[in-house]
Amino acid sequence: MAFLKRSPWLLHYDASSCNGCDIEVLACLTPLYDVERFGIINTGNPKHADILVITGGINELNRDVVENIYEQMPEPKVVVAVGVCAASGGVFRECYNIVGGVDKVIPVDVYVPGCAARPESIIDGIVTALGILEEKRSRMANLTAEKEVARREAEAGS
Amino acid sequence: MPERIVVPFGPQHPVLPEPIHLDLVLEDETVVDVVPSIGYIHRGLEKLVTKREYPEFVHVAERICGICSFMHGMAYVQGIEAIMDVEVPDRARYLRTIWAECSRLHSHLLWLGLFADAMGFENLFMRSWQLRESVLDVLEDTTGGRVIQGTCKVGGVRRDIKGEKLSDIQKTLPEFEQQCRDLTDVFLNDESVKYRLGGLGVIGKSEAYDLGAAGPTLRGSGVDWDARCLGYAAYADLDFKPVSHPAGDCYARCAVRLGELFTSIDLINQAVEKMPEGPIDVKVTGAPDGEYFCRVEQPRGEVVHYLKGDGTKHLTRARVRTPTLANIPPLVKMLPGCQLADVPVIVLSIDPCISCTER
Repeated sequence: MAFLKRSPWLLHYDASSCNGCDIEVLACLTPLYDVERFGIINTGNPKHADILVITGGINELNRDVVENIYEQMPEPKVVVAVGVCAASGGVFRECYNIVGGVDKVIPVDVYVPGCAARPESIIDGIVTALGILEEKRSRMANLTAEKEVARREAEAGS
Repeated sequence: MPERIVVPFGPQHPVLPEPIHLDLVLEDETVVDVVPSIGYIHRGLEKLVTKREYPEFVHVAERICGICSFMHGMAYVQGIEAIMDVEVPDRARYLRTIWAECSRLHSHLLWLGLFADAMGFENLFMRSWQLRESVLDVLEDTTGGRVIQGTCKVGGVRRDIKGEKLSDIQKTLPEFEQQCRDLTDVFLNDESVKYRLGGLGVIGKSEAYDLGAAGPTLRGSGVDWDARCLGYAAYADLDFKPVSHPAGDCYARCAVRLGELFTSIDLINQAVEKMPEGPIDVKVTGAPDGEYFCRVEQPRGEVVHYLKGDGTKHLTRARVRTPTLANIPPLVKMLPGCQLADVPVIVLSIDPCISCTER
């Protein structure tokens, strides 16, 4: 699993954003900001992704889509909510079709502020998420090791 | 007859930055029918006019779409100004024109990049977006925001571009234009690009017109219509001709957008030269009473803002007809007959902006 530490892949989904944050997420991948130098690649497949980047608040139609994408991603995974809409609903908070921020549906690890969020702060958010991903990974590894020890002890005892 | 199968395309799909869902009915590899369904980013922000006062709603109007955000704000304030008979100062009209054309430049370069990505030309994607950053630098320098500017207000604009900065912008234009020419050369003359786009997703002139296509999708089919000819903002004082192409395929739509890059550069140049001195805003009192249809040419086509007020601080109704919504019926007409592998390119060729469409 060590490769995750070096080149995490991210999946971007637009929940109900105005596009402002989406194009800034894409701008991160292009020559001026170029997150590919960290080995970060934007993938389209949830099953290949380590980081879920969501822009915009959740509405009634896409809450199932967001849950579905989140469940398809393998553990360990982190969620980055980009922009103020993803955090709380933002300027659209009072709209009738908006449920609220992303955390109403799935657990969020990092919130990136801004309307629209700047590429610098998105990169900062993703780098923070990498730390959390690493923590989750080592916790999972410890848990597996403990289970393995317990299994061996049980085998020796029987 | 081969068996028909239905392939779902979207809402989460590698080629789509935004969610739209298409049910593609296939016979082997050939698309025979398409059923679009939308609503994944519907927020219901037209209803917000009853909760926000009319000068505040500009902020919401700008967030209908983050790509053409300035033009949504501009269409909204022009509508309010028309209802209230507000005379906007000349300098504000010219400044709006400059920012609107900068938005068009960044939107078209963004689209060119995404389009190149959809046809598998990664290098061209990166080049287009690199070029786009220089437009964003100008926008950030003059308004403070990269994608959402927030400079339009009822009665004028919030910020001025001072004399020196204006001439600085003008000085950067020749180099920028040269870079656009280099980019255009690849898009229009590269053999593999030509082969990929030519004859793909064809829609004829009368069909495009009848189905209500807008913007480059309409002009790519040979109809010479551009809402800027209505002469809003400063367009009446500036000299330009709509760009069109007769072929009606993906290549034609791409060529139209490339041509519009140079129209925009030229318009910015003209606006800077003719920029009048004077105030940038007027004080607006009272509340709108009446209704108005405001039409503005966005990068994706013509947008219509319908606004209705009853003399209170809150409007009673706002309705936005965005260009992508108008371009979905032509898209459904373009797809049947194409190969499954060509679907992403054809979908991208209308420059879909889903958050506009669903508001």
